[in-house]
Amino acid sequence: MNLFAVEASTTFDPDAAIFGWVGIIPAIMALSFLLTLFIGKRLGKHVHFIGLAAISVSFLLSLVTAFSWITAHGPDEKDDHSEDAAVITEYAADDAGSFGPLTELAVEAGDGPAEARPNPVVTSWCWFDTSDGPNSNCDDRGASKNIAIGTLVDGQSVLMLVVVTFISLLVHVFSTDYVGGDRRYTHYFAFLSLFTASMLFMVLSVSTLQLIVGWELVGVCSFALIGHWWEEKPNTDAALKAFLTNRVGDIGLLIGMTILFFAANNSFDIIELNTLAVDGAIGHGTLTVASLCLMAAVMSKSGQFVLHTWLPDAMAGPTPVSALIHAATMVVAGVYMIGRLYPVFWNGLNIPGSSINAMALVGGITVVGGGLLAFVQNDIKKVLAYSTVSQLGYMVMALGVGAWTAGMFHLFTHAIFKACLFLGAGALSHACHHSFDMKAEMGGLRKLMPKTYLTFMIGTGALIGIFPLAGFWSKDEILVGTGGFPGTDANGTYYLPFAFGIIGAALTAAYMTRVIMLTFFGEYRGHDTPHDPGPRMMIPLQLLAFGAVVAGFLNMPKDWVGDRFGLIFEHWVEPASSVASFPAIGHGKASIPLAILATLVGVVAVFLTHAYYQRLFAKNPRATEVTGGLRDRNKYARGFHTLLSEKYYLDHLYTDGIAAGTKGWMARGTYWFNQNILDNVINYAGKGAVVGGQFLYRFIDQGAIDGSVNGAGLTALSSGGFLRRVQSGKVRQYATLMFGAATVLAAIFVVAI
Amino acid sequence: MTDFVNDYGLSLMVFLPLVGAALMMLVPGKQDESHKLIALLTTIATAIVGLLVMLEFNYDRAGELQFAVNKTWINVVNANYHVALDVISLPLIALTLFVTPLVIIYSWEHIPAPGNPKAFLSLILVLHTGMLGTFVAQDLVLFFVFFEVVLLPMYFMIGVWGGPDRLYAAIKFFLYTLFGSALMLVSFLALYWVTGSSTFDMVTLAEEVASRDISSRTQWLIFGGMFMGFGIKVPMFPFHTWLPDAHTQAPTQGSVILAAVLLKLGTYGFIRIAIPILPAAAVDWAPIIGALAVVGIIYGALGCLAQTDMKRLIAFSSVAHMGYVMLGIATLTTFGMQAAIFGMVAHGLITGMLFFVAGSVKERYHTLEIKRLGGLLVQAPRMGWILGFATMASLGLPGLAGFWGEFPAILASYNPAPGLSQGLFRFYMVVAALGTVLAAGYLLWLLQRTAFGVPSEEFEDDPEITDMNIYEWVAWTPFLILIVLFGFVPGLIFNVLDDPVTLVSDAVAALGK
Repeated sequence: MNLFAVEASTTFDPDAAIFGWVGIIPAIMALSFLLTLFIGKRLGKHVHFIGLAAISVSFLLSLVTAFSWITAHGPDEKDDHSEDAAVITEYAADDAGSFGPLTELAVEAGDGPAEARPNPVVTSWCWFDTSDGPNSNCDDRGASKNIAIGTLVDGQSVLMLVVVTFISLLVHVFSTDYVGGDRRYTHYFAFLSLFTASMLFMVLSVSTLQLIVGWELVGVCSFALIGHWWEEKPNTDAALKAFLTNRVGDIGLLIGMTILFFAANNSFDIIELNTLAVDGAIGHGTLTVASLCLMAAVMSKSGQFVLHTWLPDAMAGPTPVSALIHAATMVVAGVYMIGRLYPVFWNGLNIPGSSINAMALVGGITVVGGGLLAFVQNDIKKVLAYSTVSQLGYMVMALGVGAWTAGMFHLFTHAIFKACLFLGAGALSHACHHSFDMKAEMGGLRKLMPKTYLTFMIGTGALIGIFPLAGFWSKDEILVGTGGFPGTDANGTYYLPFAFGIIGAALTAAYMTRVIMLTFFGEYRGHDTPHDPGPRMMIPLQLLAFGAVVAGFLNMPKDWVGDRFGLIFEHWVEPASSVASFPAIGHGKASIPLAILATLVGVVAVFLTHAYYQRLFAKNPRATEVTGGLRDRNKYARGFHTLLSEKYYLDHLYTDGIAAGTKGWMARGTYWFNQNILDNVINYAGKGAVVGGQFLYRFIDQGAIDGSVNGAGLTALSSGGFLRRVQSGKVRQYATLMFGAATVLAAIFVVAI
Repeated sequence: MTDFVNDYGLSLMVFLPLVGAALMMLVPGKQDESHKLIALLTTIATAIVGLLVMLEFNYDRAGELQFAVNKTWINVVNANYHVALDVISLPLIALTLFVTPLVIIYSWEHIPAPGNPKAFLSLILVLHTGMLGTFVAQDLVLFFVFFEVVLLPMYFMIGVWGGPDRLYAAIKFFLYTLFGSALMLVSFLALYWVTGSSTFDMVTLAEEVASRDISSRTQWLIFGGMFMGFGIKVPMFPFHTWLPDAHTQAPTQGSVILAAVLLKLGTYGFIRIAIPILPAAAVDWAPIIGALAVVGIIYGALGCLAQTDMKRLIAFSSVAHMGYVMLGIATLTTFGMQAAIFGMVAHGLITGMLFFVAGSVKERYHTLEIKRLGGLLVQAPRMGWILGFATMASLGLPGLAGFWGEFPAILASYNPAPGLSQGLFRFYMVVAALGTVLAAGYLLWLLQRTAFGVPSEEFEDDPEITDMNIYEWVAWTPFLILIVLFGFVPGLIFNVLDDPVTLVSDAVAALGK
């Protein structure tokens, strides 16, 4: 299996030229980081121009890439583009459908006649190689541990390119106003650039090693930005928590990738690995263990239960950072990684034809568990953070049930509407004395900040999944993809995840209505008069709101809107069925009853929550909680509320239990052992030797060693004194003595053996 | 030129520092500036000679011993003056040549109490010769002599220029290492007699061992003696207790050299001597070494978490980091050895950097007690950033050098050499991976308590606390550059490491068949 996809793209097809050069995009952002860091201080408050210019160019280049990618999709199959033949056609000849029943499904689901979709385009360089002679390069097929770095362009990475640069651009613009005048304006923009560069570096990975590097680099940017205001301890605590929790997941990442490295015949290459996994050339058990290990990494990075606890705390960072890193992009790295190594999970977790697996279960629990926690938060950013946890659960669940495209589509729409919501929360806080407390400082903002209100409502509608906003389409597809609803014919019959998805829809609708009611309705509870922000904050919000309206139209079911407008996203992003590095996934059939059911669940939840707050405001427009409600009357309700407000006690377990235990009794115990046991053995051995030596040499040779061991020589040490001692020949005596003793010992040894 | 480098290059490089030291003896002690200049020029000249050698080095035959000089030395014991260079030595020599001049630059304004630059710097030069000599020696007796030459200058550096507990630390360092050396010497002599060799030459001895039928118990014991000698130097758990004391008490320069180069003498000894000469015993010992390595990783990390002193914490972290290096070695695979050599260089740069920062913090705050520090980023922002950078590097962040010593070691232990238990080493792998979390824990916790936050009242308005000075910039910048460079272009080391490390595991692989 030496189809090693290490190949510089040397064909100069005009359409494809850009694919070989996408590496420039992260490079531009990296350059922007360096420039901002080293000359930024001189630009003073204009430092953001470096970042803005870089991200604008990056965004344009990403659009060009996306456009080239899209135009490479010919409706006519004969117009087969050759730009990628260099690498991938070798795979294309392989069997694409090693899963009999699923191939049927795929056909049944109606991709229509084979569509012309381009193959992945790999451009790579030798990063380092460890097995060849020094002058060899990665092209040498005989070697086993050549590690490539480069870019892999396919639907998924093009999607990520556009999403990351788009959100990053808007966040850059938004930040110029939002964090204007910050004490560390330069560092802020430097790290935004570094983050964007690392994220793009990661999504373009050709090898799992490159992926690990990017994965950790985005993590450190997240650390730096959460702890941006490091003077205050809670911020640095949050930063540490984020980094350490992710490190826990990274154990799984390192081990999982190690297993896959050996499983893929000593290769980090992603396409080769995927191809082997699709072929069934890697043992099922190996894939299972590897995918479970990688799931740990997904759980920490993408905020899945039970490693999600860092994400809400990460809101300590500046709000635009929360929008970019902790909602739209970095936290989907786990989802991205599953999508990228999908064959591993597909086979390792037996996704097709099953009704439950670890990934779907983790995702499903996260959908509900995260959604519930959102109810007890008063901090608007924390609500959104738990909402992010819950929505990430949807994505992971989608991938877990085999709905790859639905998961990716939800990643796409969520990035837009959640960025809209987070930036909206930033705008609210900007107007309300930099507070995020909905109960103390907000309320009635509908009239005071009408433009912000409109964008926030659209974002909320999209998140809840109101027809025809973006979230409706992507969530519906996930529900279809579970196959838990009659007549959807997806990859399996995942009833439990389906139930989680429906419950999650109700929860989402309810907690978001709570947010809307608390912030925009009732009476304003702060002081002064908040007003809509200036254009540098408003325009990004409006653009995102617009996106939240239209993004969903990209992937409407063909059954509903016809071939021409249906499943455009799927056509562009999902690999062609001929791509050998991707499993033959099936697609569920859209179902109108299901869409109605999901919408109904959401609408009812909205209605009930709305009614609750209407009643509350009718009594007292400044009230935020019912007094004498269920919680006061029923002890189970009270207990449940406590469970939620204590965040299922997970933080207590982690912080007070595991972290405190490690830092506390384990560390102290170890150190006590070190000082009192291990070290004392040495000290007593030393003292014993001194006493014994003195005793012996007093009889045998008085002058030889006495002074040496008991340290008497040292007490006289001064900078002049010791040199005299060196010259006095003591050292030579020790050396002679040691040589002699060693010789005797060695002789005894040789004789004795 | 080529001929000259071939014949004299290595020897010139090794003994040039000694010439510098001799020169300093002729200059009166009062002329501090002249001493500093002589020391600096000597180390730069040494580095230039080293550079010439490395330029002449034939990287296509990197696995072979080059520039070999083999002369009769002490006839009585059949010891030869045999020096040569191959790529196992090359990165470590480069590291030594790189670190020493920077340490001297740092010393320009940082001669520790009680002063006397003449003595201090000449000791560093002697040390320099010892370190370089150890890395090029191809004869066991010669190796041993250089190995011990290193000991004395460091002993005096700690004992004279060290902290309040310097006497205890110095003598502990000296006797502990000497104890290991004695056992190592026993092993060398035993090897010589058991094989009936007529020379102490390393390659010859390896051939002799391979061609003779030496009982595995004998081999095991001989390896054990070497293990004590090298293991104490590394230091491996449970022989590490000299290290925190030595590091904490040593002057900054001493700590940097100790961390950057001296610890590597032990790991180098395993790769250069113990394993190639006694591959069969290495296979027997590997599970023990691996176990001690991963215990060291966890134990060192927990020890770090318990520290209240910044420098002692960094010292303890060496125990954990060298655990990764030893784990790589214990796998007895090519990749493991390469990871180990990379890890040695990376640890040298990163921990050296951390000790520099600790030294400068101490100089400004007159304490390294963590709970009294805080807000370094406010008072000395650049130094604070460098501390942050170094901690990130130390915890193995990809994109910086530390990662390439750590992850490949973990990777290699998934598939150890034939003859070793796969299950056991995979268990080691998991433990080692767990260590990365603890490493992040103690390092970031250190960063949080020292660099973040606001300065305590005690130091709030202390005029002595200033940001970095020019000597610190000059001494540290090269470290920072290399840490990034090796992080992004690991091929600079990996691509060069090839045959000799392969040879090591070939010898082991041959046993597996």
